[in-house]
Amino acid sequence: MKRLRRIFERIVEAMLTLSGSITTLAILLIIIFLFKEGLGLFSNPAVEKGYALCVHPTNPIEKLNPQQIKHIFDSEITNWKEVDGRDEEIMIFRLDEIFSIYSDEELGDDYALLPQKLGEIIAENPNIIAFLPEKYLPEDRSSMKVLPSGTINIADFFGGQEWQPTATPAPQYGALPLVLGTLWVSLFAILIALPLGLGVAVYLSELADEHTRKILKPTIELLAGIPSVVYGFFGLVVVVPFIQKTLQLPVGETAFAGSLILAVMALPTIITVAEDAMRNTPRTMREASLALGATPWQTIYKVILPYSSSGIVAAVVLGIGRAIGETMAVLMVTGNAAVIPHSLFESVRTIPATIAAELGETPTGGTHYQALFLLGIILFIMTMIISLSAEFISKRQQKGI
Amino acid sequence: MNKKTTQKIAFFTFRVLGLLVVAILLGILGFIVYNGIGVISWEFLTSAPTEGMTSGGIFPAIVGTLWLVAGSMAFAFPFGVMSAIYMNEYAGNGWIVKFIRVMTNNLSGIPSIVFGLFGMALFVNTLKFGDSILAGSLTLGLLILPLIIRTTEEALKAIPDSYRTGSLALGASKLQTIRRVVLPMAFPNIITGLILAIGRVSGETAPILFTVAAYFLPKLPTGIFDQVMALPYHLYVIVTSGTDIEASRPIAYGTALVLIAIVLILNLIASFLRRNFGKKIKTN
Repeated sequence: MKRLRRIFERIVEAMLTLSGSITTLAILLIIIFLFKEGLGLFSNPAVEKGYALCVHPTNPIEKLNPQQIKHIFDSEITNWKEVDGRDEEIMIFRLDEIFSIYSDEELGDDYALLPQKLGEIIAENPNIIAFLPEKYLPEDRSSMKVLPSGTINIADFFGGQEWQPTATPAPQYGALPLVLGTLWVSLFAILIALPLGLGVAVYLSELADEHTRKILKPTIELLAGIPSVVYGFFGLVVVVPFIQKTLQLPVGETAFAGSLILAVMALPTIITVAEDAMRNTPRTMREASLALGATPWQTIYKVILPYSSSGIVAAVVLGIGRAIGETMAVLMVTGNAAVIPHSLFESVRTIPATIAAELGETPTGGTHYQALFLLGIILFIMTMIISLSAEFISKRQQKGI
Repeated sequence: MNKKTTQKIAFFTFRVLGLLVVAILLGILGFIVYNGIGVISWEFLTSAPTEGMTSGGIFPAIVGTLWLVAGSMAFAFPFGVMSAIYMNEYAGNGWIVKFIRVMTNNLSGIPSIVFGLFGMALFVNTLKFGDSILAGSLTLGLLILPLIIRTTEEALKAIPDSYRTGSLALGASKLQTIRRVVLPMAFPNIITGLILAIGRVSGETAPILFTVAAYFLPKLPTGIFDQVMALPYHLYVIVTSGTDIEASRPIAYGTALVLIAIVLILNLIASFLRRNFGKKIKTN
């Protein structure tokens, strides 16, 4: 009987130990799966799968990068000179154009003659660039040059200025506007929330009597408890129209609207962490300052604020972390235009909003899907750095005591 | 300017800021309540959406959210509590605990949309659960683990060591001490944590976007491999991509009010528990 109980206790203890590692395990799994799904992007062709870009054999162009391909097919680049080729106008050719040149009969049964005709068209036009399915390319490649499609490279992803995952023939996965958009919205959110939050923290920790504190604290906790989608809804029906009307903007869905909502959402974090830090100031230090003749206000900003500065920095860092990762509210109020932000009163798009808006419509395993997971990795690393540095900063404060 | 005036100005500013935060909260709550209260009726809460979600109720979304809350808690609560017991009662104060604590903090810092990505990659695609209550619940459960661990740990820490040593001195084993002495005393505070976790889970949208949430389902779920509608996702879709956004506005207000009411009520219960049962431990 006793032995049985001991075995039982061993089992339970083993289960407890295992559960102890569950958060570590979760983080590990998250890292593994984000990378597993995301990193495949860099081994995929930059041009849509199953398609090839063909030029005339005499064309000196050997390689085009994704941006150049996109600009050519958007007619933003119209001369080969602009991509270091001959000074000739570019002629764009897509597969469906063949049907306006040849009738179905001329192409034969099951389009058997299609590859041959395509070859002829390319051979006749020295300045052509043709975007064709690989299966319709002629066996005989002497009449054309197939450009190597290359793979999507890391520099294009992190440095690329365009995010157009559905562009054909070459989707653009430039994460820069999204990264900058995320930082832009979060930065202004903190600039708004910091003075406000710090003021409330000082008030709560130094000025408010017990009774007021008892009302204010739960109120602030409640503010943290409201679901982000409700904030987003409130932002959409109140803040966005308000901004549009008062500032006479064409649309109210702007970075500013996002920053305002995020500021409110980051407030509880900033207030609680900063207040904790201030209340941790030893009583002796306050009393010494007051005994030396300082007013309570002087004590606050010359003793308590400097003393709790690391805690305040930690509060700011955690607030930024909260803002960077926020999805729904931002998705609903910032308008989601994937451009590099220039002002607060333009639409921006953040990383979380991009993932939330696009992942549902992408086929699993495609390049777009992988690119979204890469964005997830960027976001994960950003918030990881933030958590760790907040940890480090508050450790330093504890050591200081 | 003399220092008394400076102080007066500064303190006045702080008071105003304190009031401002309350005003913001009341403003948001008041706005939603004012616009949503007229929509709420027994019928709204118990009937399905009709006419392209421009009229009718939100019953399937409420049921879906209940499923997700139950599912995520069934996973996260036992693991979270056991993890906290391990950290507080067994692991001592070595580097392991410190490491686990850092990891738990990090996990709580990961954005909810990353949980959504992860849930989709692991549960939906790799383990082939598909878009299902199971996949969504596990994703939400992982997201909420740190909160449950932290509140449970605090609840356990609040129990004075003298109770543990007393029990051990009477010949009880460590596990008996935990089961008969520590856990019963910490119970109200652990439940408080559970309630707060429920509030958080019922409002999360991003983790369920790709793991379980359905735009519209006429049927209620029958098992854990079904998709469900959920309140926060329902609010999101009728606000941004409904068939007729203007016509569904009242329903949006009603849904937002229900969401806020859930959070408010759960918070009230939690603070009631904390006030009436939580304190006893400390004064004992």
